[in-house]
Parts: sequence; structure tokens; C-alpha cells
Amino acid sequence: MSVKLSSRQVGDVTVIDAVGRITLGEGASTFRDTIKDLAAKGNQKILLNLSEVSYIDSSGIGELVSGFTTVTNHGGQLKLIGLTKRVKDLLQITKLYTVFEVFDDESSAVRSFT
Amino acid sequence: MPEQGSGEASGVETVLDSTLDSVDFAEAETLKVAEELGFDEEDLHRIGMAVRECMVNAVVHGNRYNVKKKVQFRVLKNAGGMTVVIRDEGEGFDLKTLPNPLAEENLLRQSGRGLLLIQAFMDELHIGRLEPHGTEVKMTKYLAKAS
Repeated sequence: MSVKLSSRQVGDVTVIDAVGRITLGEGASTFRDTIKDLAAKGNQKILLNLSEVSYIDSSGIGELVSGFTTVTNHGGQLKLIGLTKRVKDLLQITKLYTVFEVFDDESSAVRSFT
Repeated sequence: MPEQGSGEASGVETVLDSTLDSVDFAEAETLKVAEELGFDEEDLHRIGMAVRECMVNAVVHGNRYNVKKKVQFRVLKNAGGMTVVIRDEGEGFDLKTLPNPLAEENLLRQSGRGLLLIQAFMDELHIGRLEPHGTEVKMTKYLAKAS
């Protein structure tokens, strides 16, 4: 199963709930298109919930980075919640823990947006 | 073919098309062998991801999805663990010229992390050029080091 994305509003923060796998192919392109679309529509506070993402490969990591860059270039912020141990490990191995703001719970993450 | 005297037995040996289906196939076949050998769930994840990354490199960056170019895929098992060998027919690459994905200036690059993950998840990694063209990647995971 590739990734399925749904979005909801919590105040002025757009929360994207991701379910499945973010890997080379359909999963990565679905993710890329969704983030680009949200950024282009002026959503500047985006919170990506990865708690139901079972697998991310290096292409998926690349899409996370690309999404981060896209949102930042539009003057917005993209933050992460719900990282599984495996996804945390990947972000640590790739040093992306130093790039992304990561939160354990949604309410803290929502409050952190400026 | 098993290598004489090495104590290795061939688990899987096949030639694959340069497609993403081959990536899935190689990952699944590797995991079957790894499960038989008794690797735990976390190591199965690591081995599967390493093979997936290596196959993507072979199919996408090596053979560039060229239908005329194939990927040789081989899994060897032994008492101490397993070795996966993946060969493509691409132009090859020089490891020294690859950007370091951990360098500050490269952290926001979209690609270039595959080899880093393979190195992190496997115990040994050897990359060699094939003549007249192609790349061979040989990676090993030891049961004794299973976490």
C-alpha cells in the first residue's frame, strides 16, 4: 500500500495525516503533490502526522525534505509529529533531526506555530 | 553458484528487469531468506530497506529503467548470516565524487541518502566496478551482530 493523505484544520494549522508507505513511486509523488498544492494555496502552518506511516525509504525522506523546502520557500513552516522509532532512527542517521522540528503530541505542535 | 570452500549456499539467484517491480521482488525474496536464518524483526526491516535502496540504485541510477539492461540479484546464506549481491549494467560511479549527505550544505538535498542507509543497516558493504561497465554491490549482515 502506498501512502494515503488526508488533511484537517486545527485552528490555522493544517494537519496532514499520512497512512501507509512513503517510497519511490506513487507514495512519494502523492506526498509531493499534496504538499505543493497546500503551499501554493497559502497554507503556511503545516503539521505532518506520521504516526501511521509504517515505512519510509530514502526517496520518501527526500520528499519530506522537498516538502520542507517547498513550504519554507512559501514563507511557511512544516513540522512533524508521531514519528515511529524507525522513522526517528532514519532522521537521526541522515541528520535530518537537526532540520525538522519534531513533536510528540499534536497540541504542543499546534501551539508551537508562530 | 555457491563459492567452493566459502561455506556459502545460494539462497536465491536470478536476473531481473530494470523495473520497480524488481525492487519489490528482491526485497521480498531477501526477507524470506533472512527470516529462515532467524534474523529478528528489526534486522529484517534493516536488511529489507538496504536491499530496497540498493535495487533502486541499480534500476534507477544504474540501468536508468533501460529495458535492455538487467540486474543480477543473488542472496547467499551461511551459518553466520547472509550476503546479498546486486549487479547492474550502468555507467558506474566514483564513490569519491558522491556528495556527503551528512554535510551541512547537503542536508536539504532531495536525494543521495541510499548508500548512507545501506551502510547504516548492513555490517559490511563492498562496491566495485564491473568491466566493461556496471556496478557490483555486495552487502553482508551477520546473525551474531543481530540486535
